[in-house]
Amino acid sequence: MPDKMSLVLFSGTDDKLMAASIIASGGVANDMDVDIFITFWGLTKIEKDGQKNPDVSFEGQPMKDQVFALMKKNNVPDWVTMLKNAKEVGNIKVYGCAMFADLLQLKKEDLDPIVDDIIGVNEFVSMSKDSMTMFI
Amino acid sequence: MESEVKPSKVVDARNTFCPGPLMELIKAYKAAKTDDIISLYSTDSGTKRDAPAWIKKSGNELVGVYDREGYFEIVMKKTK
Repeated sequence: MPDKMSLVLFSGTDDKLMAASIIASGGVANDMDVDIFITFWGLTKIEKDGQKNPDVSFEGQPMKDQVFALMKKNNVPDWVTMLKNAKEVGNIKVYGCAMFADLLQLKKEDLDPIVDDIIGVNEFVSMSKDSMTMFI
Repeated sequence: MESEVKPSKVVDARNTFCPGPLMELIKAYKAAKTDDIISLYSTDSGTKRDAPAWIKKSGNELVGVYDREGYFEIVMKKTK
């Protein structure tokens, strides 16, 4: 098994982003270095004020209210908090996609401090060539 | 069944969900010294499998998994 994991976060709904945080947690628990590349709708949710409207993907819509109510009742942390916790446990680097950041005129300081850097796809693919890679 | 060893550190992760309890255990493990006994309380069913698997895979000693009232306790010894 590779000792590196790479996640591409394309989706901007909280269910998929939470799945990514949970998988990243599993990665560091298995001593893997985890690189996360956030682009498109994922990047819009890591803006400093991007957490205001939690949403789920299309297939989750019928259960959305029920699931969010249960998560609130059970104090389930949001995906950014979960990712911060995982970052305390192991080596996780979070990168914003330069192309989409440029398109929306976002700088690193416009994004949540969990983002380590803004890099291009070439650099991300280069660092991921020996990784277990997932597109979420 | 009671565990026979007294833990140096108790991680009470009851009522938190996967992956919270395992992350808390690993944090406590990193802060612990060799031969420390760490006890994890959890109510999360995934953790009952994941935490012992992590303890063994990381080369540490699984002292035991105990059913308590309304939760379970996983006890490990930091051996490396």
